[in-house]
Amino acid sequence: MSKHIVTVEDLHKTYGTNQVLKGVSLTVDEREVLVIIGPSGTGKSTLLRCINLLSRPDKGHIWVDGEEITAPHANVNHIRARVGMVFQDFNLFSHLTALQNVTIALTKVKKMSKPQAHELGMFELERVGLVEKADHYPAQLSGGQKQRVAIARALGMEPRVMLFDEPTSALDPELIGEVLEVMKKLAREGMTMLVVTHEMGFAREVSTRMIFMEGGVIAEQGPTKQLFSNPQQQRTREFLGKITELHAEHAGE
Amino acid sequence: MEKLQDILNSIPYFVQGAALTLFVAFVALLVGLLIGLPLALLRVYGSKLLARAATWYSVVLRGLPSLVVLFIIFYGIPPLLGITLPALLAGCIALGVCSSAYQMELLRGAILSVGPGQMMAARAMGMSHAQAVIHIILPQALRAVIPSWSNEAAVVLKDSSLVYVVGLAELLRRSQQVAARTHQFFIVYLICGVMYFVMTFSVNRGLDRLETVLRLPTPLEEH
Repeated sequence: MSKHIVTVEDLHKTYGTNQVLKGVSLTVDEREVLVIIGPSGTGKSTLLRCINLLSRPDKGHIWVDGEEITAPHANVNHIRARVGMVFQDFNLFSHLTALQNVTIALTKVKKMSKPQAHELGMFELERVGLVEKADHYPAQLSGGQKQRVAIARALGMEPRVMLFDEPTSALDPELIGEVLEVMKKLAREGMTMLVVTHEMGFAREVSTRMIFMEGGVIAEQGPTKQLFSNPQQQRTREFLGKITELHAEHAGE
Repeated sequence: MEKLQDILNSIPYFVQGAALTLFVAFVALLVGLLIGLPLALLRVYGSKLLARAATWYSVVLRGLPSLVVLFIIFYGIPPLLGITLPALLAGCIALGVCSSAYQMELLRGAILSVGPGQMMAARAMGMSHAQAVIHIILPQALRAVIPSWSNEAAVVLKDSSLVYVVGLAELLRRSQQVAARTHQFFIVYLICGVMYFVMTFSVNRGLDRLETVLRLPTPLEEH
């Protein structure tokens, strides 16, 4: 039996009066690529943020790599260092070069020596194909390059799981491909990934399992092929239909 | 003619005064920064109570004339504590405390101008809150604050003339002495004004230069 890297049990989260998550449970196995889809405002991002405790769940439990991160005295910084996060709007550190973006947490959090961090930083930039941009600042990079640096930055921490929060939604259509390529490569290398995305091509090609979220709960989940070919819920079918249509339009532009 | 010669002979005397003016302004700005920065951080990241305390500190001080603060610190407080405070120290502290309220506001704005995503990304990498502030937020905020801080530096430099009332022989007081002796009020105060102008202008120019040096590269024409 494969090992669960992430286990989420009955997760609840409310912002003010807005109940965003209403009891979400899921598991992610080692080397699995799980894609989460669903209309906006259904708690997909909140779910990811709870998994590295950027949001504190109100109720429920989360285990990462066998350790309960929702336990009262769990070491938050220690947990976050093992969970890589890639944001929709990159959030690269504006005052640091691409390489420094990768190395800063290595030296400050992992207490790596500078030469060691530099070496690993260059290795990670190589992985995303941006070695030649090592000395560029974020403002000097295209959106796609920024996101690839952000991926390298997360990889540098050698995470057990990578969370992607709509990683291509802020990109111009012609820049999406390079980011998806990097993500596909990671999946092939066996990285455990949780991806919130509307890129159905990527989901179809790379993901093993899909989750359709709506209204703060998981409406349907199953193997990717099954969800595409034979969704059980009417709402899943409608959503997939709509999103595929949208993509066909994009491709036709 | 004799009086003009007297004024010319007094130039080194003016320059010494200007040096004291610069010294007072420098120390006051430093005191202001050392108080203002922690308060700005409290205001942004502190608990509600601490943030409110910091806000009131700033609101009260910005509502007082610098001269009143100087008198409180020089004449008011020492007798209560049974000490005497040297005029130079009192002047630097008073101007520094006044400036800290303004510097706190500038720094608060600069800290808030750094997008929330920066803090989020830093925390997501496993940095502690303090690490994120030190390594991610402040390097950006301090760059952003330089232009408005330059303005505050000019204000403090000019306000340092106030300390002449507690007997410090800075530029304005020395000008007054020379003017009284020679009765050449216009020419003496003109020299004094020119010297203040040269100092504020140079300080602002220097800080402009610092901002340029520290400025992050802007987008290239081509990627």
